[in-house]
Formats: sequence, structure tokens, C-alpha cells
Amino acid sequence: MSMTQDELNPTRDTEPITNGQSAVSTLTPPAMRLENVSVSFNGRTAVRDCTFNVASNRVTSLIGPSGSGKTTLLRSLNRLHDLTRSAKVEGKIMLGDIDIYGGSLPPTLLRSRIGMVFQRPNPFPTMSIYDNVVSGLRFNGIKKKALLDEAAESALISAALWDSVSSRLKAHGSTLSGGEQQRLCIARALAVEPEILLMDEPTSSLDPISTQRIEELMVELKNRVTIIIVTHNMQQAARVSDDCAFLLMGEDRAGELIEFGPTTKIFNDPSDPRTLDYIQGRFG
Amino acid sequence: MTDVLMDLPPDPILERRRVIQETASKKIGRRQLNSRILSGVFGLTLVLSLIPLVSVLATLIKRGVGVISWGFLTHDPIQPTLINQNAVGGIGNAMVGSLVVDGIAALVAVPLAILIGLYLAETESRTANFMRAITEIMTGLPSILLGVFAYIYIVLTMKAYSGFAAIVAITFLMVPVITKAAETAIRGVPHTLREAGLALGARNSKVSRGVILPVAAPGLITGVLLSLARAVGETAPILLVIGISGRTDWNPFHQMSALPLDIYQDSASGYASQQQEAWGIALVLVVAVLVLSLGSRFVAARMRREQR
Repeated sequence: MSMTQDELNPTRDTEPITNGQSAVSTLTPPAMRLENVSVSFNGRTAVRDCTFNVASNRVTSLIGPSGSGKTTLLRSLNRLHDLTRSAKVEGKIMLGDIDIYGGSLPPTLLRSRIGMVFQRPNPFPTMSIYDNVVSGLRFNGIKKKALLDEAAESALISAALWDSVSSRLKAHGSTLSGGEQQRLCIARALAVEPEILLMDEPTSSLDPISTQRIEELMVELKNRVTIIIVTHNMQQAARVSDDCAFLLMGEDRAGELIEFGPTTKIFNDPSDPRTLDYIQGRFG
Repeated sequence: MTDVLMDLPPDPILERRRVIQETASKKIGRRQLNSRILSGVFGLTLVLSLIPLVSVLATLIKRGVGVISWGFLTHDPIQPTLINQNAVGGIGNAMVGSLVVDGIAALVAVPLAILIGLYLAETESRTANFMRAITEIMTGLPSILLGVFAYIYIVLTMKAYSGFAAIVAITFLMVPVITKAAETAIRGVPHTLREAGLALGARNSKVSRGVILPVAAPGLITGVLLSLARAVGETAPILLVIGISGRTDWNPFHQMSALPLDIYQDSASGYASQQQEAWGIALVLVVAVLVLSLGSRFVAARMRREQR
């Protein structure tokens, strides 16, 4: 997003934003809206009553200690809980003006619009680097070679992997290092051109340098895709995210949304004392 | 200074560490001895288990290798007579019979069993549990019962012995074996790969075909080849239904012959030449089974290496 576009935008958010990132209006329609979202397994609530908006082209982080339901909440956004028979998602999750659990959008189509990157790099082990990147397109029925090539190059460039792999696209994905594999998985998700990218602790199995590269990547990717990231690394949330949701395990062991707001506010001036305790490292 | 130190109570951690290290070094000789004894026992059992295999192979080679020639493998048998006692011809009919019966059975059983294995690995339902139980029971079924089954439903219905009836029996023998191997191999594929596929917007069936089955392929191939090895050597299920044929015949709706069946018949023969022939067939069969089982290990190991 260029500066001029931003300057032309009269509804620009005037609040100071972290990382010196260009401000994208919080007044533009949100990419996703969560209304009283609860997820339960076998009748036991894992996360309860989450309500917040995910702004377009920003990074929204979900933070909180273990067991606060961050990942559970994230996985409800692309209906990955559908695989677990005992899982039940309640409340409303809106992608634009579509209720994703409303039945009008098949889960497969939803998931082609909402990509996901997992905790551990999981490239498809029998596929080459190229086949990994275009696998999502092929799964969705795209066969045109020119389109696949174009998408693969674009996704690999965006994932900052093109320079190191362009000469060996036929090599197996598993020949890459852990950090490169994770960027391959990011490229694989980006190739489908999703509107939203879910990232579930994407750097938790990586070394600091790989982590830094992926964090830089997230900031760069904002103009291409809206990012929602689960992290238990608070510094990471502070560095990369524009908005932040803080979750905490309640008395009945179900996760609850304690506070949601711009990351600067959550980290500098939280409204809830529990947020402050967590940010200051008093627990969790 | 030292007096002060002496007066201090002994540090419980240091004390415990001293006891642990002393005990460990006292026991080390005993532990090393145990280790050697056990290694010896295991080595001995390895040798013991190799004895029957080696002696069977040695006997087969000694008695059978003289019979084997290209003609033996391709020609049809000649029934020896009192005048011409050494005329045995070859086993071309049995080679073709085994190839047709086991080949067609595999063509039917492999895709069917892999689909069932996929279903069992990926669904948790009563139906799946029921089918898994059936599969396990079928694996343990005495193979002659499959022959009886094929006899009742195919031979009696069609009023003819045939290779087809044997194919049915062998298919039923192979399906549960491959199903079990397929289920295990597919369950071994990390769940996160399926999630990665689904998260890209793929349908379940596409993820199964495009991601899960290729990753499970080494296990699937092992299962298929091992079940083939078993099928090639099975005599009981085909004994009752295949009839007998002394001529090479590719048509499975005719009576046929098969390698294990020929061993069974020739070894009971009064002619020394036919007994000799039985040794030859046995050697061919053992080599086929060895090639299949060693081949399956080789292929699987190679594919696993490529996935790394």
C-alpha cells in the first residue's frame, strides 16, 4: 500500500501504530467478525464468548498463557474443528458478510479463502518444492501451467524464498532447513491468494534468525493478506501485530477473551489488570 | 577455615551424588557382564532361527537346482510312463496358472483393500469398527475355508472347476492382509499433513489421494508384496477349486494349475522324476517368495529414503 493511497484515505486511523507501519483504517469493514464465539469438545467448553473484529490488512495477534484457547479459537476460523466429531462451535463468525458456519459457504471453499500456517513446518514430503507451492491450486482444480508457474513464483517471492530455491524447484521440500520449510508452507498458503492467513505459533519450532525472517515477512505480507497469528511469545506479538486479543483461562478452565484492542494500547495501557499482570510477566 | 567447613552439616545433595556415583561404579562390572551375556543369548537365538531357513534353502538348492532350466520353466509337463520314466517336461502350465490367478487376484484385491484401509484409518464409526473386526477375523481364517467358500459359491454354481474360483479364493485371502497393512500405513501419516491439505481448500478425497496415499506408499507396497508372497505359496484355497490342467492356459475360466498345487501332486507321485520335479518347483516358489519379500523391503526403504 503506497503512501499516497493512505493520504487519500480520509478515515485513516490517527492512533499511533506500532512498528511505524502505515495505518489502515479500523473504520474500513473488518475482514472477519467474531460474535460470542465458543468452542467446546464433548460438551466441555474450551474457549467462550469471544467477540472482536479482525481488521483488513493488519496483523491481529492472539496471546495468552497455555490453555487459554488461542489455537482452539484460531482453528474455528477456518472450520478445522469440523474434523473433530466431538467439537462444537457456537456463536457467529463472519467473513465479510458471510456467516462461515451458516451453511452457504462450503468449508472447502472457505479454506481456500482462509489459509493456514501450522506450528511445525509440514511440507508434503512426497512433493517437490514447486509441487508443494502449487498443491493448493491443484487441489482447487487449477491445471493451467502458466497460472501455476506464475502463482508459484509470486508466492515464493512473497515468502522470501524465491532466490534460494528458484534453481532447484524440483528438489524435495524436505531438503530445506526448518526455517525455509516454514516459509515454503507460507508460500503454499499464499499461492491460493487467500484473503486471510491464520498462523498458529509459526515460529515456535524455529531458531531466532528464522523467526526474525518470518516476523519481517508478516509485516511485508500485510498489504497482500490479513494475518491472524497465535503466539505465546509476547515480544513477537508486540513486534508484529497491530491489534491484539488477550485470552486467559477462566475458573472452569475455559478460555475467555479478557481484552482486545490495538497492540500499543494492550502493551502500554491495558484496561484490565489481568492483562497488565500478564504483559509484565507476573504469570503465564 | 577448615574447622568451620568441618562443622557444617554435610550437603545432602553432595552426599547423595557421592552415594549414587559410588554405587554406579561398583555395579558397572556386573552390568557389563549382563550386557555381554544377553548379547550372546540374542546372537544364539539369531543363529537358531536361521538354521531352519538355511537348511531348507540348502536342501532345496541341492535337490532342486539340477532340474531347473529354461525349458523346465516354460514347457508343459509330460506324464512319465513305465517306458519313459524320466519324462517330466516342465512347469509352464503352473507358472502361467500362478501368474494369472495371483495376478488377477492382486489387481482386484489391491485397490479394494487400500480403499477399505483408507476408510478404516480415517473414520471413527461403528461401521468402521465392525469392518475392522471382520477384517481381523478374516486374516485369521484357516485358508482352506476360503477354498470351501469358493467351491460352494463358484464351482457349484458354475458347475465347473476353474482358475476363476481360485482367483476369488485368493482375493479373499489377500484383501484382509493388505487392508490391515494399509490401515497401519495410513494411520502412520502425520495428521498435520491432512490438516495442511484441508487448510488449502482441498476436499478430503483429494487430500487422501494427493497427500496421504503417497506418503503411506512404502507401507502400502510392503503390504501388497507380502500378501502376494503369501498368496503365491497358498495351496489350500485353490486345491479344492482350480481343478487340474496339464496344458498352459491363460483363460481363467478353464481349469488351471498352480505352483504349490504341482508340488503337492508331484511329491506324492511314485515316479522319482516327478518327485525331483517337486523339488524344482519348491525352489522356484521359495525364490519367488524371497524376491517378493526382500523386494518389498528394498522398495519401501528406498521410498522412505526419498521422502527424507
